[in-house]
Amino acid sequence: MAKKAVTVDNVSILFNLNKEKVDNIKEYFIKLVTRKLHYNEFWALTDISFEIEEGERLGILGFNGAGKSTMLKVIAGVLKPTKGSVKVNGVIAPLLELGAGFDMNYTGAENIYLYGATMGYSRKYIQERYDEIVEFSELGEFIDVPVKNYSSGMRARLGFAIATAVEPEVLILDEVLSVGDAKFRIKSENKIKSMFDKGVTVLFVSHNTAQVRRLCTKAILLDHGKIIANGDVNEVCDIYDERVKSKQ
Amino acid sequence: MNRLKGYFKNFWKYRFLLQEIVRKNVKLQYRNSVLGIFWTFLQPLLTSIVLALVFGGIFGQRSADVGCYMVYLLCGRLLYEFFTQSTKRAMRSIRLSASVIKKVYVPKYIYPLSNVLANFVTFAMSLLVLVVMVIYFKCFTDEVIIINGYALLAIVPIIILLVLSLGAGMILATLNVFFKDIEYIYEVFCMLLFYLTPIFYHPAQLGTHKLVSMGLMANPLYSIVEMFRDCVLFGRMWNWNHFIYASGFALVTLVIGFIFFQKKQDKFILHI
Repeated sequence: MAKKAVTVDNVSILFNLNKEKVDNIKEYFIKLVTRKLHYNEFWALTDISFEIEEGERLGILGFNGAGKSTMLKVIAGVLKPTKGSVKVNGVIAPLLELGAGFDMNYTGAENIYLYGATMGYSRKYIQERYDEIVEFSELGEFIDVPVKNYSSGMRARLGFAIATAVEPEVLILDEVLSVGDAKFRIKSENKIKSMFDKGVTVLFVSHNTAQVRRLCTKAILLDHGKIIANGDVNEVCDIYDERVKSKQ
Repeated sequence: MNRLKGYFKNFWKYRFLLQEIVRKNVKLQYRNSVLGIFWTFLQPLLTSIVLALVFGGIFGQRSADVGCYMVYLLCGRLLYEFFTQSTKRAMRSIRLSASVIKKVYVPKYIYPLSNVLANFVTFAMSLLVLVVMVIYFKCFTDEVIIINGYALLAIVPIIILLVLSLGAGMILATLNVFFKDIEYIYEVFCMLLFYLTPIFYHPAQLGTHKLVSMGLMANPLYSIVEMFRDCVLFGRMWNWNHFIYASGFALVTLVIGFIFFQKKQDKFILHI
């Protein structure tokens, strides 16, 4: 039996959100004294369990607000589940909103090391991959220019190049396959496909079932924080397409 | 025990991130300024000169309490500046790194820690000004500066100050996630601290109003600054009461800061 790459065990998330945002002391105390500190409790995820084996590619489908992004945040370790647990074997590389870890005043070259360190890699490890990253990002001499002067496409390209160069074991793709111009899009899709061949485990969030069918082997369908379908990619995509049709 | 081991293992894994952020903060501090790194030396020097011009006439009279007034000022100002700058930056660190914290898992204490350490690096460099000043006044004037083996002990108050700054920085960073007002309140607090720390005066020069002396005694910066001056200006052993109070205060602050931060850090993401 193949090793488990990601194990999600009975995960529930309770959001405890204030109705109004209270972020200063005056409001907090006034509301505390007048007993107006209301909380809106709701379960963003309830009893989610699934497993992904190494090398499997899981598509996560669902309408807006179904809990897809919350799910990814839990797996990435950013959000701690209220109940249950998540276990990830190996290095996880989130490709959500590329370039979030950049410092705008730093040059591209300096940001490569910073971004690498944010993902837990040493300077030496990044140094070995530096040329590959610069070449893939197609930034050329702009690599020594502060990132604040980059276009959004340049930023995304650099982020993509770093995140894929470090050869993570688990890759989280959140609608990022639409990065840059058409030429770079093809290049990045090829890069991701070559990572598939090396046996990377993938979590892919999308509304586009055609893309999910093409890229994934398995899928789950989320609705209001619950899994309503889990299994082969084509079966789950069929259910999702049905639902889309019936809503129209 | 196992949990503690887990902490260290995690910290070891992210030591590169700590290095990178410290490097970044030091590098970016003076980028795009013409004089660059020289501001590390110029800034404390110039502000001390201003203080000497303003207060020199009143508090700068020659006495055994003050010794060389310029060096006396510089000691106090350097330590005070390190404490306030590092805690202010640590306070903002979590909010400023929101975009990363929301996307990638990183141990969050890395941010206040690296900001305090980055400030410590610039502080250590600025000590060079102090060295130059001490040499200048010792060689070219007849000001009273006693330099001997005790100068090496100056590292002790500096370490106490580092621990205190880290603890205070973690408390402030946590509070700042939930209440943005802290930034403004702390600004005022720092001003109060400036006057409650004997930077440009000696406590003996003040009228001994009970409230004033109590305020001074309660201020751990007072003890730390006094210890530091004993080492580098007066060439004598510090008062051990200062040592016990300052190191105790710093350790308690660090423990409280660490526990408070750990308890609240899972909620950060919902507020930033």
